[in-house]
Amino acid sequence: MSTRPSIGEPRGRKPKRFLSPASIMIYGILIVAAIYYLVPLYVMIMTSIKGMPEIRLGNIFSPPVEVTFQPWVTAWNSACTGLSCEGIKVGFFNSMKILIPSVIISIIVASVNGYALSNWRFKGSEFFFTALIFGAFIPYQVMLYPLVIITRELGIFGTLTGVIVIHTIFGMPILTLLFRNYFVSLPPELFKAARVDGAGFWRIFLQIMLPMSVPIFVVAVILQVTGIWNDFLFGVIFAGTKNFPMTVQLNNIVNSTQGVKEYNVNMAATILTGAVPLLVYFFSGKYFVRGIAAGAVKG
Amino acid sequence: MMPVHSVSIKDLAVSFGSVDVLKDLNLDIADGEFLVLLGPSGCGKSTLLNCIAGLLDVSEGQIVIKGKNVTWDEPKDRGIGMVFQSYALYPQMTVEKNLSFGLRVAGLPKEEIAKRVAAAAEILQIGPLLQRKPGELSGGQRQRVAIGRALVRDVDVFLFDEPLSNLDAKLRSELRVEIKRLHHKLANTMIYVTHDQIEALTLADRIAVMKGGLIQQLDEPLTIYNKPRNLFVASFIGSPAMNFLKGEIVTQGAAPAFRSGDFVVSLDGYESQEPLTDGAEVIFGFRPEHVSINDTPGPADRSCAASVDIEEPMGSDSLIWLKIAGKPASVRTEAGRRFKPGDNVWLTFNPAMASVFDANTENRI
Repeated sequence: MSTRPSIGEPRGRKPKRFLSPASIMIYGILIVAAIYYLVPLYVMIMTSIKGMPEIRLGNIFSPPVEVTFQPWVTAWNSACTGLSCEGIKVGFFNSMKILIPSVIISIIVASVNGYALSNWRFKGSEFFFTALIFGAFIPYQVMLYPLVIITRELGIFGTLTGVIVIHTIFGMPILTLLFRNYFVSLPPELFKAARVDGAGFWRIFLQIMLPMSVPIFVVAVILQVTGIWNDFLFGVIFAGTKNFPMTVQLNNIVNSTQGVKEYNVNMAATILTGAVPLLVYFFSGKYFVRGIAAGAVKG
Repeated sequence: MMPVHSVSIKDLAVSFGSVDVLKDLNLDIADGEFLVLLGPSGCGKSTLLNCIAGLLDVSEGQIVIKGKNVTWDEPKDRGIGMVFQSYALYPQMTVEKNLSFGLRVAGLPKEEIAKRVAAAAEILQIGPLLQRKPGELSGGQRQRVAIGRALVRDVDVFLFDEPLSNLDAKLRSELRVEIKRLHHKLANTMIYVTHDQIEALTLADRIAVMKGGLIQQLDEPLTIYNKPRNLFVASFIGSPAMNFLKGEIVTQGAAPAFRSGDFVVSLDGYESQEPLTDGAEVIFGFRPEHVSINDTPGPADRSCAASVDIEEPMGSDSLIWLKIAGKPASVRTEAGRRFKPGDNVWLTFNPAMASVFDANTENRI
């Protein structure tokens, strides 16, 4: 006769308690953190779809009685920045004109840098790399004045080219580090095999390394897009009044001293400015975390 | 007539900063020879292979392949093909593209590339895999493709860098035989780096045992196994390992003998390279299979009593551990014989198969 285990005797999968103290703590903290970040966003969205009379009542948390999208249209088309009243769209297109070339050029240069530093070690390459990384820790402010003079002497101060060059240079340390660490983590034997097969510097880079590096390129694009889009300092100094990026234009709208403060327009303009990095994170957050982990931990 | 050397290495030295990885290394490899570089990790064997491949710059000396000094040449110009431990297949290319990459780089005509890829796929039986990506292949298939990549290059010298180390034991022994078969078929020169002595003994025409950047012994496998030139080679080669006893030379009757405490064994029949002088401190080495276990005493001058410590049945044979002159030693015997701890047995030695090393220089005498 076989003895059956009585009910309650441990057997099979161990049951998990649904509400353990640990999970209560974890979810509690997560919920508080989520509220902390979502409440301002909620207030901004609500305010941006209210009319001014409703805003003056002062109930910032209450949803709008009458929904209006006019503040958004105004913010985009006709909000005043200083003397001109063409809305924040001018800033949006300026930011795009700065962003796209800066991102492309900085990533191309940095990826080649990182590849050369990881696979084609030359005399002094370690020193070069250390110097580059050291550059990442020098506060920007220290270099502003010399850079103003340099760009002035080159005749690119206050131009699109000027601000693009500045963004490319300042993106170099962190991007090179990112790419170098990624390429170092690839098996060195692949590089050796390609050399035995007769491939040279560019062919190995373009045909072997690049196809394997999509994740790190995504990370680099995210880093650069958000970094350059959110930049204020370089834009205001180097771009010139014609080319002020969106962040600078936003500041000019929000801080304009004339007339009534149109909170709904300001909120709409702020959300519009923040939308680009927000969307980038939203659609590629997964790659971002993965790439940072892959690129930064090893090395 | 001068012998034809496929690969000649002359006074080679490699150092990284102040660390000398290889020093004063000379090696001549005959045409069609299968040479194995064997040694523990860090002995410089992979460094040497990378130097031959041209993936590493030498500090001193010359490398000559097929009569051409290639010391400063790029890997592709040396007439070599290389197979790596981690396969190193280009992950985003199909097997076919992997095989043909080098040929496409060299700008060969399409028909020639197709012909060579087909021939390599035929030899290695990877035809059905040609359109797959490396990620869809098993370890054994990947290594076969990696060998194929060297094959299509139609080169004189094949370099293998621990090609089987990433495979499981069964695949490793299968692919080992295949590599040997391939060598017989192609009759190319092959240089093969491994730390696995079984691979070395089974594949090699000659083995170069390395340690500390120096070649300790360069000989045919059986010579290496039976007549190791020094203590390191003797202890590195052989599994289960050779037994060692420390003692001295004495004269027993007309012939020299080895003595350690009460244990005395005649060295009559041992081919010594130097005279065995009385009183010299030596290390006596014998392999487990060169001793026989008997129930009765053998010839008095080469026989001793011992008691069994423990037995290790291995299926094909058994390893018996005993104490000789107070030191643990192992003896190999047929699988069918069983021993219990404490059994008293007689051991008979074979001096002709033994090795005697100078205790100070650790060289064979």
